[in-house]
Amino acid sequence: MTQRESPSQTAGPYVHIGLMPNHAGLPGLYDGDLGAGPIMAEGQPVTLRGRILDGEGASVTDAVLEVWQADGTGTPGIWARRSTDGPDGDWVLDTVRPGPMRFDGGWMAPHIALWIVARGINLGLQTRIYFPEDDHSADAVLAQVPPGRRRTLMAVPDADGYRFDIHLQGPDETVFLNI
Amino acid sequence: MTLRPRDMSGHPPAIAPAYRSSRLRGPTQAPIAIPATPTETTGPVFGHGVLGPLDGDLIRNFAAPGQMAIGQRTIVHGRVTDEAGRAVPNTLVEVWQANAGGRYRHAKEGYLAPLDPNFGGCGRVMTDDQGRYRFETVKPGAYPWPNGGNDWRPAHIHFSVFGSGFGQRLITQMYFEGDPLVARCPIAQSIPAGGAERLVAPLDWEETVPMDARAYRFDIILRGPLATPFEATP
Ligand SMILES: [Fe+3]
Repeated sequence: MTQRESPSQTAGPYVHIGLMPNHAGLPGLYDGDLGAGPIMAEGQPVTLRGRILDGEGASVTDAVLEVWQADGTGTPGIWARRSTDGPDGDWVLDTVRPGPMRFDGGWMAPHIALWIVARGINLGLQTRIYFPEDDHSADAVLAQVPPGRRRTLMAVPDADGYRFDIHLQGPDETVFLNI
Repeated sequence: MTLRPRDMSGHPPAIAPAYRSSRLRGPTQAPIAIPATPTETTGPVFGHGVLGPLDGDLIRNFAAPGQMAIGQRTIVHGRVTDEAGRAVPNTLVEVWQANAGGRYRHAKEGYLAPLDPNFGGCGRVMTDDQGRYRFETVKPGAYPWPNGGNDWRPAHIHFSVFGSGFGQRLITQMYFEGDPLVARCPIAQSIPAGGAERLVAPLDWEETVPMDARAYRFDIILRGPLATPFEATP
C-alpha cells in the first residue's frame, strides 16, 4: 500500500502561536514552550547564532527554526526550537559541539540539522551546519553538494562561537536538502 | 527506517508567484537529494506527559474558569500514517488557528474582527498507538490578508506533525468541506494538480455529536520508508 505524503502548506505569519505560545504572548496555556529550555548534554559548549535573509537581503524575523543534532559522543538526541524575532532577526542557540556520527560504514562529519518554516516558505527547509575546522572528506552528505556551494553549509567562527546565516535566495543561496 | 526521497511534485513549488510572500523567500535552486542518515531517521520523542489536561480542548484551554470560546463547536480527528500506510503512533500534533471571527491572538495581527477573551487559538495532542488523534475547538473564521488583491484565507487550522524522524517533519493546513474560498486561495491553490483537495476535511456525520458539535475528519500522511515491506499492517 503506497500513499502520497500530505501536501505541505506555509506555517504562515502566526506560527509562534502554535509552536511557542508563551513566547507569542499566550502565557499559561502550556507550562513552557517546547524546545525552549537549556540544552543539557555531553560535549563542549558552543554558541551559534545567525539570521535568515530573503532575496533582497532583508532579515526574516517571523521564522521558526528547529535544531536536531548529536551530542559530543555522536548520539542524536538534542532538539531545540527558536524564533528569529530578536532585534536583528538573530536566532541564538547555546548547545554542545556535536561529535562525528557513524553512517553506512563510514563517519559523517559533525553537523547540526536545521528545519526552517515561515510565512512565504511553502515547504519546511532542511539544511545542515558543519564546522569549518573538521575533516569533511568522508562525509556522505557533503559529497552530494557541488564543491562551489559547500561553503554555504559552513559555520563561520565569530567572537563567542559561530555564525550561520541562511540565504533563501541570491548568489550565496544556502544549500537545502531533500532527504 | 530509511526515507524514500521526497516527491516534490505533491508540494507547492518554493516560489508560487500568486502567493506574494514566497517570491523573495522561496529558494530558487532545487534541494539537493541526500541519503537519509541517522540524523534524518531519528527525531525528538515526546511523552504523553508533555500534555496538559486541556491541551486538546481549544474551547476551554484559554478560557476563564467556567467560560468557553465563542464559535461553532467542532471536533477534529483523524489518523497519522506514513506513505506505506503504517500508523505513526505517539507523535506530537500541534495546531493553531484564528478565532471564530477570523482573528489571531498575535502581536502582528490587526484584523478588525475582535479577539475573543476566551480563545487562545493553540492546542496540541498526541496520536495513540493506532496513529489516531482528536481535539475540540471552534470553527475558525475566514480572514482577509494582504497579498496584493482581494484575498481571503478559507477557514483553516494549521498543523505541525513530527513523525518518528526529523526527515518526516511536516507543517500543513486543514480546510473544511464545502468552503468556496479554498478554490480562490493562492496558498491552497499553490499545491499542484488540484492537490488542495487532499487537505479538505470532510464533515464526519458518524462522529458528529447530536446537540453538541460537528466533526471533521483530517488524515495526515507523512513520508515513508524507502522499501515497502510486505508486512504493511497498519
Ligand atoms: Fe492562518
